[in-house]
Amino acid sequence: MERPIRVLVAKPGLDGHDRGAKVIARALRDAGMEVIYTGLRQTAEQIVNAAIQEDVDCVALSILSGAHNTLLPKVVELLRGEGADDILVIGGGVIPGEDIPFLKEKGIKEIFTPGTPTQVTIDFIRGNVNR
Amino acid sequence: MVNNIENRILENDKRAAARLITMLENKDPEGFRILKSVYAKGGNAYVIGITGPPGAGKSTLTDKLVKAYRKKGKRIAIVAVDPTSPFTGGAILGDRVRMNDLNTDKDVFIRSMGARGHLGGISEATSAAVKVLDIFGSDIIFIETVGVGQSEIDIVKNCDTTIMVMVPGLGDDIQAIKAGVMEIGDVFAVNKADRDGSARTAREIEMMLDFNKTLAWRPPVKMVVATENKGVDELVEAIEAHREHMLTSGAFTTRRIQNAKSEVVSLIKERIEQSILDNAHNEDKLSTFSKEIVSRALDPYTVVERLYEEIKDTIHIK
Repeated sequence: MERPIRVLVAKPGLDGHDRGAKVIARALRDAGMEVIYTGLRQTAEQIVNAAIQEDVDCVALSILSGAHNTLLPKVVELLRGEGADDILVIGGGVIPGEDIPFLKEKGIKEIFTPGTPTQVTIDFIRGNVNR
Repeated sequence: MVNNIENRILENDKRAAARLITMLENKDPEGFRILKSVYAKGGNAYVIGITGPPGAGKSTLTDKLVKAYRKKGKRIAIVAVDPTSPFTGGAILGDRVRMNDLNTDKDVFIRSMGARGHLGGISEATSAAVKVLDIFGSDIIFIETVGVGQSEIDIVKNCDTTIMVMVPGLGDDIQAIKAGVMEIGDVFAVNKADRDGSARTAREIEMMLDFNKTLAWRPPVKMVVATENKGVDELVEAIEAHREHMLTSGAFTTRRIQNAKSEVVSLIKERIEQSILDNAHNEDKLSTFSKEIVSRALDPYTVVERLYEEIKDTIHIK
């Protein structure tokens, strides 16, 4: 069945820089996806509640504050608690290379660092959503 | 996978409700089978529509109204519709940005929908989503339309009370007497009422309403500043007064029957349209005909008659 992929684009934590999140949101829109954009300074709980209610295929988290090792695994953990671990979780932002293996081990499927062409992210989402 | 949706939705399971809405949005036959099996459990929610031009403050006002109703202990659902790109089918659904505080309230369910090509201010699946959220156990359901212009009035066919959100500075009083969206408000809210021209906007709406002396319900006009939560309690009172009027006058049931009628008609139209188009797209007939229309070998009226004749018998139209 032809249907748009639904993606929640969220910014966990306290940094106020949403240009990257907006660029990604726009790129996913232009790729034919339905993007639910929630705005700045979201808690992991808010993100997970929104992901459940919106029945998204993917949660894309943009983070520039440095708190990624805490906040990103928290989102995965809470989704698991809701029985929603079939939702693909990806991350993007200023994330040091040495942190990426830890994040992947915690269930974040891919991390996109600055300079990644948006098409790479689009293709990854299309290839990895679970429905 | 989300299994056993029909039982889980009756137990107020958010994931089940969310998945069922997705299925209905995608016209999954299984979704309609489930909705049919639980349809009789609904009918308890009161449905409030919020409409108005883009940037009028519909999402912000919805946020404030929901908070006011939460103080009364009501369980709330919100269906917020945003436009879909006609070119890619993609959409940015951003109404949640104004409703972040509601996000951790377990008695509030927010669902964003893309209009997906539907032009009436809501999406084709909005009424199905409202049915799901009613059965799911909401007391009040808010439908927020896309930003509307002058003729997107589908909202009124899907709700019990329609709130028309206006802002100052959109035009002179001739705008207020045109036909269309201005006729569907049961309650008018002039938002951004701290701005110049708001008193005039309110006055023009009042004058427009005064032309019609035969109304059983004279829509009230309320001044609000949604961002500062000013005038929201008065707006809630006006909504409640309309609800009271609907319930005591019998208009509630009359309107719901009218709405059911128009829903059935539009579902029939949709089905017939689909069978005509399925047939027309067969062997790419439609493209061939269209080329001939442009080269003047055929005219569009003859094409319509031919395509219609071909499927007429299969759908038994008189």
